Amino acid sequence: MLDALTVAVSVAALALAAWCGFAAYRDQPTKDWHFIGMAVVTFLVLVQLIVGIVQLVRGETAEEGTVIFVSYLLGALCAVPIAGFMSLAERSRWGSATVAAGAVVLAVLEVRLFDIWTVG
Amino acid sequence: MAETVGATESAERRTRLVKGPGMLLVWLYGVMSVGAVSRSIYQVSTEFDRAPLAYALSAVAAVVYVFITYTLVRGGEAARRAALVCCAAELAGVLVVGTWTLVDPSAFPDATVWSDFGYGYVFIPVLLPLTGIWWLRRSRTA
Repeated sequence: MLDALTVAVSVAALALAAWCGFAAYRDQPTKDWHFIGMAVVTFLVLVQLIVGIVQLVRGETAEEGTVIFVSYLLGALCAVPIAGFMSLAERSRWGSATVAAGAVVLAVLEVRLFDIWTVG
Repeated sequence: MAETVGATESAERRTRLVKGPGMLLVWLYGVMSVGAVSRSIYQVSTEFDRAPLAYALSAVAAVVYVFITYTLVRGGEAARRAALVCCAAELAGVLVVGTWTLVDPSAFPDATVWSDFGYGYVFIPVLLPLTGIWWLRRSRTA
């Protein structure tokens, strides 16, 4: 369940990065549709956070420790929304580029999350 | 293009460094700050004895990142100069620590943020100060 979510979030994050990167390339600021995309990605991360905590409560353990696991989950949750707010303050292609960078950061965090959770 | 931003009100009178590419730069510095700070808090508080040198250097890197982020957000000519100095220090740090980890790996039982020129962070640590210096020089007040 958690692994499937990690893959789903990574794919969604990379898609968002490509989409906003394309907007930056076309010299456009983020639009409503982009924010809906960010909301979808953030929702997936929120589900991941809840599932992760439920797994921990049920007694499963993360390979690299609970503290690191939860920190990364929280960091992943913040990445895209913060970049989204920054793109509201910067209504130019650079706002879109910031969201694209935020989505890439999220994808990297997901790869790390996978390592942190998986044994071996 | 260092045009003075239309003074919205007093706070805006400083040169804004967070505009255009500066926004992206602040975001990346913010990410590096959060990453480096949380990493060094964890390492120093749980396993400092394992690799004191590496973890101390990570903590220094964290402080530098936080300071640069702060100066960028604050804006103004003094902050711009301070940020420029710190970006240079950051670049020097990445180059020195990066070379050091390659020449004498035994001194580093565990990695620092700046190990191998920031290899573990997709070389962002070495690219960021270069971009930062470029941006800060460009935003010089006229």
